[in-house]
Amino acid sequence: MKKARMIPQSFRGIGLTVGARGLASEPQRMAMKAILALEDGSVYHGQAFGARASAGGEVCFNTSMTGYQEILTDPSYKAQIVAMTYPLIGNYGVNRIDVESWKPHVSGFVVRELSPVVSNWRADGSLADYLEQNEIPGLQGIDTRALTKKLRVRGALNGFISTEAIDEAEALRRAKEWPGLVGVDYVKEVTHREAFAWDANDEQSASFNLHRGSAEPVNPRAICDPLPAADIPIVAYDFGMKYNILRRLRQHGFRVQVVPAGTPAEEALKYKPAGIFLSNGPGDPAALGYAVRAVADLLKSGVPIFGICLGHQILGQAFGGKTFKLKFGHRGGNQPVKDLASGRVEITSQNHGFAVDPQSLPAEIAVDRINLNDQTVEGMRHKSKPVFCVQYHPEASPGPHDSTPLFAQFRETIARG
Amino acid sequence: MPKRTDIHSVLIIGAGPIVIGQACEFDYSGTQACKALREEGFRVVLVNSNPATIMTDPEFADRTYIEPIVPECVEKIIVREVAEMKRIGARGKLVLLPTLGGQTALNTAMALWRSGVLQKYDVEMIGANAQAIERGEDRQLFKEHMLRIGLDVPQSGAAHTLEESRQVAERIGRMPLIIRPAYTLGGSGGGIAYNREEFDELAKRGIDLSPVSEILIEESLIGWKEFEIEVMRDRADNCVVICSIENFDPMGIHTGDSITVAPIQTLSDKEYQIMRDASFAVIREIGVETGGSNIQFAVNPDNGRMVIIEMNPRVSRSSALASKATGFPIAKIAAKLAVGYLLDEIRNDITRETPASFEPTIDYVVVKVPRFAFEKFPQADPTLNTQMKSVGEAMAIGRTFKESLQKCLRSLEIGRSGLGGDGKPWRVGAQVYGDRDLLPRDVITRKLSVPNAERIFFIRHALRAGFTLDDIFGLTKIDRWFLAQLKEIVDFEEALAHSKQ
Repeated sequence: MKKARMIPQSFRGIGLTVGARGLASEPQRMAMKAILALEDGSVYHGQAFGARASAGGEVCFNTSMTGYQEILTDPSYKAQIVAMTYPLIGNYGVNRIDVESWKPHVSGFVVRELSPVVSNWRADGSLADYLEQNEIPGLQGIDTRALTKKLRVRGALNGFISTEAIDEAEALRRAKEWPGLVGVDYVKEVTHREAFAWDANDEQSASFNLHRGSAEPVNPRAICDPLPAADIPIVAYDFGMKYNILRRLRQHGFRVQVVPAGTPAEEALKYKPAGIFLSNGPGDPAALGYAVRAVADLLKSGVPIFGICLGHQILGQAFGGKTFKLKFGHRGGNQPVKDLASGRVEITSQNHGFAVDPQSLPAEIAVDRINLNDQTVEGMRHKSKPVFCVQYHPEASPGPHDSTPLFAQFRETIARG
Repeated sequence: MPKRTDIHSVLIIGAGPIVIGQACEFDYSGTQACKALREEGFRVVLVNSNPATIMTDPEFADRTYIEPIVPECVEKIIVREVAEMKRIGARGKLVLLPTLGGQTALNTAMALWRSGVLQKYDVEMIGANAQAIERGEDRQLFKEHMLRIGLDVPQSGAAHTLEESRQVAERIGRMPLIIRPAYTLGGSGGGIAYNREEFDELAKRGIDLSPVSEILIEESLIGWKEFEIEVMRDRADNCVVICSIENFDPMGIHTGDSITVAPIQTLSDKEYQIMRDASFAVIREIGVETGGSNIQFAVNPDNGRMVIIEMNPRVSRSSALASKATGFPIAKIAAKLAVGYLLDEIRNDITRETPASFEPTIDYVVVKVPRFAFEKFPQADPTLNTQMKSVGEAMAIGRTFKESLQKCLRSLEIGRSGLGGDGKPWRVGAQVYGDRDLLPRDVITRKLSVPNAERIFFIRHALRAGFTLDDIFGLTKIDRWFLAQLKEIVDFEEALAHSKQ
């Protein structure tokens, strides 16, 4: 389903309408059955929630204990069926603010147990209604630990999820038929079609904060930190960018022009940016020849560049390196990354199934951050150009804020020129 | 940074006798520390007055003193050990690790510091220094530091006249308010005011009762949600959260007497990350250089306002729970951090491959339920408040809250198989009811509205008697998410009961 898209006027309400059942205190337990089939022949039967729908996708697991709404709406999860390892999901509902794009992108959502109620002052609705409105099938009541163990041993597997009346044989057939992520360009499905200026009126970018002091707040949900002046113009390549990257860039004083993934370098440079940002995004970085070419051209221009996640993998290729598929990826909010220069360890939010091969990098590229769990590349720096990137998500959302200073580092990099 | 080479011997102070409020969790943490430090080749000197502990078994320390844990005694031990180290020609000094023996150890160490004994014999405190302990322990000092780093604390003020009292109340701006007369024995004469009339009355009485005609007025957090974060820090300033804990019972009940749950269940990621950031800000501001701290928050369920209640600059009761809940051995790691290691230099005991510089993420739910023994203390008031009354606890792990809670209730060894439905009778005062009897609504209401050891079971009785979640929330302020979970257990009990017939 492809639609031409512009940045919506107010995306906070997009993908979420509060139904009468939104905050129902009684369980909305549907007796309907759901099925998850994997390409290796395994089948899981559970209960359906969310939409009555079916979808193929790569089945992966995420270990975050909070932040399911941010995960659902992260465009990097395009074409993936996400299983949460934390068993109790939906407890605090969904709201208009904790979105990372205009709608959820996962193909399907798998949890051990969906909360029968929503209990949080920020909630606008329930997870089940949210998925239903966005036509995404949900499955609960299966042993997600067994599923995770399988994915850890076998690696990410193609699968098929359905909440419709589909039998095992059919589900298995469609799981095996699903073409897989490798070599497919999913970026073109989630990038904005047109260039646009991000949040010119400063309505969407301020950081959420909590009410303080004993006086009764007027609207505690609207409390935000003040924004600095937006004095550095940059261009951000949208490969399926999370909104919190844009919010964080704005919070650090960047004026951001967002351009579609297919924008050639000379088009981007027409905006006369002081820096270029390369976003996260879904799928296989090796399928993005056009983006690698554009970034290679941008590297020649000498403009400062900062990349995150897929942006880091594209830079890796533009440097002349290669990417490879990790066995089961890093998806969660507790990945320890060591900054080799300072020796400091950051606990990071991650979501990637591919990584840059350090052996393939030329001599002018330094690997300056590594993952302490498996020693894979988490950060790179060009030794002579103002170019750096990280494999993880300094914008967090969900996840820890340890790496927020990277946005300030981008400012400093630009200031040094 | 590898381990420090300037240390020869480490003095560890144990927790002493097991009392209500300080039980064997500090034997666990002290034993872990002794093992970890000896593993690193340090000479361990232990003092504990309680020989019925694991840590005083001969193999855990190089020297074990079974002596009273009082400053005078510990001073004599220091004198003796300094002499002994000189005799054996020790290279390196004697240091004191005060953060693993609970409040007793911390207080004793602080007394030795205040009297100048530690300075006199050049005994450094490792883990947390005296200044950090003071900042964490002194309520007023703690509050000042929290305000300095921009964190929210319960609003309060002092007053000497009714007029001043009203001004303070005006400034705080919301009821209920807690009034405490200054310098009265045990704070007697205070109370909680829910409206202006009550406030005026309590303020007048408090000023009269106080020998200095002063009262302290503080906003009440009764009914707010209570959370805890277990944090660790190393001397390169790396900070990690080991475990987040949500209390089933709202504010007003001592954490030791609360049913607690790990991880946090009802906060969105945005709120949780603000709490995580605040926890790191607290441990840094208070200045706990290495090791663990426990930081407690209250959250207003209506608008999310988050205030800092307190921090323990030491391994605490919750640390033992957090260690078992996550498999992250807090006391052991704290001991290693205290002698100079960094988190990423220590191996994770669970995976054996990855470093300790990570945040445990779990795919299960941990529930702790306190064990009370009011039958052994017939004079004691069974109402739960801010003074700890439980004598122990049970902890259970399960894939759902319901599973963990049921296992936990069964583990209490109070004869119940879970929340109910086990066919055993219920005793309420002199009355005995059958397991499946519906209890009178007034009895249920009374048992729900005042926190007590049996309240969890009365939530079952209430649900069976037709109370709604909102009714029960109104009486208990227990989060609806927990109540809905209990309702599912009760619904299942009903389904089972009906399937039999």
